[in-house]
Amino acid sequence: MRKTFLYSALILASALFIAPFYWTFMTAIKSSAELYQFPPVFWPSEWHFENFAAAWNKQPFGTYLSNSVIVVVLSTVGQLLSSSLVAFGFARFRFPGRDALFILLLATMMIPWDVKMIPLYMEFNMLGWINTLKPLIVPAYFADAFFVFLLRQYIMTVPMEIDEAARMDGANSFDIYWRIHLPLMMPALVLVGTFHFMNAWNDYLGPLIYLNDQSKYTLTLGLSMFKGLHEVDVTSIAAITVILCLPPLVLFFLAQRYIMDGAVGSSVKG
Amino acid sequence: MDMAYAGTKAGVARRKRVTAGRHMAPYLFISPWILGFLFFTLGPLMFSLTMSFYDWPVVGERTFVGLDNYRSMFTEDPQFWESLWITVKFAAIYVPFNIVMSFLLALMLHHVTFASGFFRTAFYLPSVISGVALVTIWSWIYSKEYGLLNFMLSLVGIDGPNWLGDPNLAIVAIIIASLWGLGGTMLILLTGLKAIPKELYEAATVSGVPGWAQMLFITLPMLGPMLIFTFITSIISAFQQLTIALLLTKGGPLGSTYFFAMYIYDNAFKYFDMGYAAAGSWVMFVIVLALSLLVMRWSAAWVYYEGEIRQTDGERNA
Repeated sequence: MRKTFLYSALILASALFIAPFYWTFMTAIKSSAELYQFPPVFWPSEWHFENFAAAWNKQPFGTYLSNSVIVVVLSTVGQLLSSSLVAFGFARFRFPGRDALFILLLATMMIPWDVKMIPLYMEFNMLGWINTLKPLIVPAYFADAFFVFLLRQYIMTVPMEIDEAARMDGANSFDIYWRIHLPLMMPALVLVGTFHFMNAWNDYLGPLIYLNDQSKYTLTLGLSMFKGLHEVDVTSIAAITVILCLPPLVLFFLAQRYIMDGAVGSSVKG
Repeated sequence: MDMAYAGTKAGVARRKRVTAGRHMAPYLFISPWILGFLFFTLGPLMFSLTMSFYDWPVVGERTFVGLDNYRSMFTEDPQFWESLWITVKFAAIYVPFNIVMSFLLALMLHHVTFASGFFRTAFYLPSVISGVALVTIWSWIYSKEYGLLNFMLSLVGIDGPNWLGDPNLAIVAIIIASLWGLGGTMLILLTGLKAIPKELYEAATVSGVPGWAQMLFITLPMLGPMLIFTFITSIISAFQQLTIALLLTKGGPLGSTYFFAMYIYDNAFKYFDMGYAAAGSWVMFVIVLALSLLVMRWSAAWVYYEGEIRQTDGERNA
């Protein structure tokens, strides 16, 4: 009885979360005749998959895609390297000022993005980085507090004896990081990589502020360019929205187990 | 290993080098963060504080104006108070709903085994694709004539309103769209629930403690740190709310969804008044910081942290 109620509530709630996606997909493949029919068509009679190609060709989405891929790939690599290095430093060494620095690192998570937005814009402007992809890539090479925290929790679960044994065999600190801990924290790295990928892929404000030139636009900016016309070109918006949702969706499905285990792990061991 | 060297000059020098290397190593490892902190956090922070005391156009002369930006913001700028009030209203509704709904969903997920992966994914889905795509989806759901929402309402005989065109409803629309992304909060609370030792509940059940009391005296206190964390991050994200409003309503209708973050954004990138915008962002910083400290202070009374040594009553009285 209680289980029945529980599952009914869950099914109802998940329907609320999924329905808009269903609606978007159906909008993308509808014929223009069925688009504005009332009552709305929930199951289109014809599926127009060519709508995707048509929408893609209305703007230079090929260019946007390559820009997005450059940003996401380069910044993810940077985030994984820098955050894991820093996490290793905080987890495996005792040094003067360590605890104070770690508290400072955690405190940076509380600073509203808005406070840094304007000076960062000025800073990148002075460096001549405005209207390039650099502001969206380079900061990822300097470690993110949340990811450092997460990876540090992970490293601390590995017995210190492993490090000591490696050191006895002549490994230096970098070897221990690179050849022992990096492989060991693979699940956590998948988690960090996925989160960072999703943030970078979905980022709208960064590209909006730093990019002017359409040839530099990322996919999110391209999609938002349709927005002004949204009453006229619903199909294109829906089609690009579906395309934009796919990579994070696929990635999340693949990484799901790691994400759940990693998240559970870090909180249990926290 | 180094026995043979001991006492010799070369040995001392070598040991010194090794120790120096050992001393430097940790700083080398954390140097990416230190550099990033200096260049992308501390520097910008100090820079924006300085800017807030200047009349600072993007191009042209900068003049030191002292506290003038703050003074005119507080006394001469109705948009400042209006946008701040809208943000406070938004946060006051969004934050509790976000936490309570995430908690309820997490609680339900915690008790299911069958298809739990499916439900988890379903609730987390909107967080995976947030941003522009999410807002686009919502702009049709709310559309007056073709919208999914008004169609649903028409099925039960309600003539649907113009959600995004009505000043009273637009903010409700934004709150609902924001709550759709509660998957992240839910995930954090779910991991928290899974971390509570089962023995506590078993012991309570054996002693005949009813379910509601277990919730009140075990689940909530044990989940305390996580609840506080999500409480604070919800406040931060409520105050930084920008993308959804920027894309869904552009601040309208009649400025009813003109959030404080948008006010800062407009001052900086529309009116190019960087000093004034910087002053606004510091007002936000102070508010968010004060609220966070308040929450932590208030929570210290009832949150249980593992490993924390509590004063006994005797010590407190002494």
